Amino acid sequence: MVKNIKLISVVFLVIVSFFILLKGLNKTNNYSPNLNSSRIDFNFKAKFLYSDEETTLYELINDKDFSIINIWASWCLPCRDEHSFLLNLKSLDKLNIIGINYKDNEINAKKFIKELGNPYSKIVVDPSGVNSIELGAYGVPETILINNNSKTILKKYIGPLDDEKFSELKLIIKNEN
Amino acid sequence: MKIKILIFIIIWFVSFLNFSYADNSEKVDQISKNLRCLICQGQSVYDSQSDFALSMKILIQNKIDEGKNDEQIYNFLKSKYGEWIVYDPEINKNTVLLWVLPLILFIFGGILILRKVSIK
Repeated sequence: MVKNIKLISVVFLVIVSFFILLKGLNKTNNYSPNLNSSRIDFNFKAKFLYSDEETTLYELINDKDFSIINIWASWCLPCRDEHSFLLNLKSLDKLNIIGINYKDNEINAKKFIKELGNPYSKIVVDPSGVNSIELGAYGVPETILINNNSKTILKKYIGPLDDEKFSELKLIIKNEN
Repeated sequence: MKIKILIFIIIWFVSFLNFSYADNSEKVDQISKNLRCLICQGQSVYDSQSDFALSMKILIQNKIDEGKNDEQIYNFLKSKYGEWIVYDPEINKNTVLLWVLPLILFIFGGILILRKVSIK
């Protein structure tokens, strides 16, 4: 009897751990944090791409009602894919699109804009990537929607924009007021 | 003789400068070893050479230069990237089993040994 209990418990444990691990396999590894605060209570300095002047984050996001901060680089292929969506968003009146050029070569960045068009009202450079980290970014491309009046982050997209995210963005801007 | 002493003093000071530099980057290493590189799998920020990790190290260095202490830097990063970025998990309802299980196993094992000894 005692032997049986041992055998059964071992078999039971093996089966349970098998299913736990199986479930773990199906889980996606992409981790996105639940932010404690979405308020922008920090500021940073950054240089413009087209001039040597410096600006701050607060200065960048004080036009209009909403801002999109888009982190991009000329060496980033998915950024090419999402560029048409950004150009499309440019037509929205309440929205101001700001580009952060992430760890890029200045000449290549300007070439990229010349080739594909400029959806941004302002472009700043982030050669060390530190400003993007301050914004809580993972890499390129990344799109952050900000409510300028309350200075809060409304939505954050890691990875390139697609049809689904694009229509969601438009909806948020339409509904929020 | 005087020149020799002068050279010696200069080298002595230069070596001190080096020490202070080394001290600082050691601090960056120490902090970045406790941070998970979020875009790499199973690597710390210290180990990784990804763009994310490299920027993170610069940021940590900047924060140290600003005079922030370890606790403030960890808290800053936690507010940006969530609890997951640090390797040391806090006790909350999701991690309570993680913290308590070893203790339970330890007590259970202790009871087993005690019973075996007392039976003999």
